[in-house]
Amino acid sequence: MTDMAWIDAALTAARPQVLGALLRYFRVLDTAEDAFQEACLRALKTWPVKGPPRDPAAWLIFVGRNFALDEVRRRGKQTALPADEEMSPPEDTQEELAERLDASHYRDDILRLLFVCCHPSLPAAQQIALALRIVSGLTVKEIARAFLVSETAMEQRITRAKARITAAEVPFDTPGAAERAARLSAVSTMIYLLFNEGYSASGGTAHVRIPLCEEAIRLSRLLLRLFPSESEIMGLTALLLLQHARARARLDAENNIVLLEDQDRALWDRELIAEGLAMVEKALRHQRPGPYQVQAAIAAVHAQAAGGAATDWAEIDRLYEILERLQPSPVVTLNRAVAVSKLRGAAEALVMIEPLEAKLGGYFYFFGLKGALLTQLDRAEEARIAFDRAIALANTAAEAAHIRLHLDRLQKESKGETRTSA
Amino acid sequence: MLYSILCYESETLAAGRTRQEDDAMMVRLRDVLQGLKAEGKLGPAARLMPTTTATHVRSGRDPMVIDGPFAETKEQLLGFYVVDCPSLEEAIDAAKRLAREKPHGTLEIRPIAVFNAVGPST
Repeated sequence: MTDMAWIDAALTAARPQVLGALLRYFRVLDTAEDAFQEACLRALKTWPVKGPPRDPAAWLIFVGRNFALDEVRRRGKQTALPADEEMSPPEDTQEELAERLDASHYRDDILRLLFVCCHPSLPAAQQIALALRIVSGLTVKEIARAFLVSETAMEQRITRAKARITAAEVPFDTPGAAERAARLSAVSTMIYLLFNEGYSASGGTAHVRIPLCEEAIRLSRLLLRLFPSESEIMGLTALLLLQHARARARLDAENNIVLLEDQDRALWDRELIAEGLAMVEKALRHQRPGPYQVQAAIAAVHAQAAGGAATDWAEIDRLYEILERLQPSPVVTLNRAVAVSKLRGAAEALVMIEPLEAKLGGYFYFFGLKGALLTQLDRAEEARIAFDRAIALANTAAEAAHIRLHLDRLQKESKGETRTSA
Repeated sequence: MLYSILCYESETLAAGRTRQEDDAMMVRLRDVLQGLKAEGKLGPAARLMPTTTATHVRSGRDPMVIDGPFAETKEQLLGFYVVDCPSLEEAIDAAKRLAREKPHGTLEIRPIAVFNAVGPST
């Protein structure tokens, strides 16, 4: 890695901590961002000449803070200065400043920065965009490309989101235990949604979306380093690692979806799986089960199976039953029905999902599964109707193409050709 | 004399490497290890999982189990090598060969006082 690449990596790594501290000082996101920007520019000029500082984050906070203070002073007294105890005297060294920051504020600074991005007043799409822009430091162009929208549209989305959180006013006091738990939960959800945004996309866009999954994993690990004993964050991290481990096997060479059972397991990333499994084990020791841990445990069962047929469906059924209790939702029941169909047959699974139609009438996967179950029961005509609904609800071209394969197979079977696979 | 070579690096910086950069680095390091092996100097070598997987056990009569990592440290132990060298100079030489293939971080050489006092299990 060249010097410039190192500096780039150091700036990215320091970003959440530095922005978090600057936001605590100046309370305004734009001010903090400008200060960080300026500190980065100065780092790019200074570090190659003088060598990198011992503590890049402390250096950036120090330089960024001084820059923003000058700006605030220049603009006059219209803007309130940070409270006196937040300011250090000029003779204060960067090291001392850093020690103090790390000791008392590090965790809550970063958590606050993340929480600002996923404030409850923002819709999910704005939360994710804002987190990618502010915490991850992706450019508007990169984010726009990942979301398949124009740069102008994404710029507007981010500007609107910022205006909303400015109006909503996030408290800057050190949060109490309950407030901290609420923030953690909101941030976890945002990271989970960010991952799904990358994971659910497929087809030709996969290569632009995979960075979203990687970014979600990075944020999840960051959160876990801040709160190393939170078993649900371990669960979330494990879940993302285990899901992402399958990324290369999920689409074939023609960009067609390959179902989990049919995936080439040699393409699964063993390193990510090993880390994910270690994390599940660590989380389960706490005996404080939560939805992320249970989902991670389900992913772990899949990851450990030698092949689709060797999957421990009874264990998966049992885990989904726990998940249904922890977090009841028709989607969880729908997923459980897959395990039930493997264990006790398609008829029982169909009985299980039929009552869900009222709630999942707009859900692609519902009709995909219904069609597949009806096919297994040789109810071709009803299966065709379900698959037609699924195609109409498909989110991507690859999803629609996958259902068309099922339809083609039905067509062939009705013409008396042999069945190729179940 | 057995020396351990402990690899310290900022984990967040290490995580900033792309998969390709990381794979390329591992290939280069493997070449160095092959060389050390051929010279009869290489002992166990390991890359550790991220510190988020760490569990700490506090010593004492009633050992306490605590989840790692500790957020305060700037650099983390990410892996280690054991080399068998006749002198510190040669251990330093081995560490330098490894260090040239790593973009940043510090390698700490610590002579091993006792190595596996009861012998391995298998």
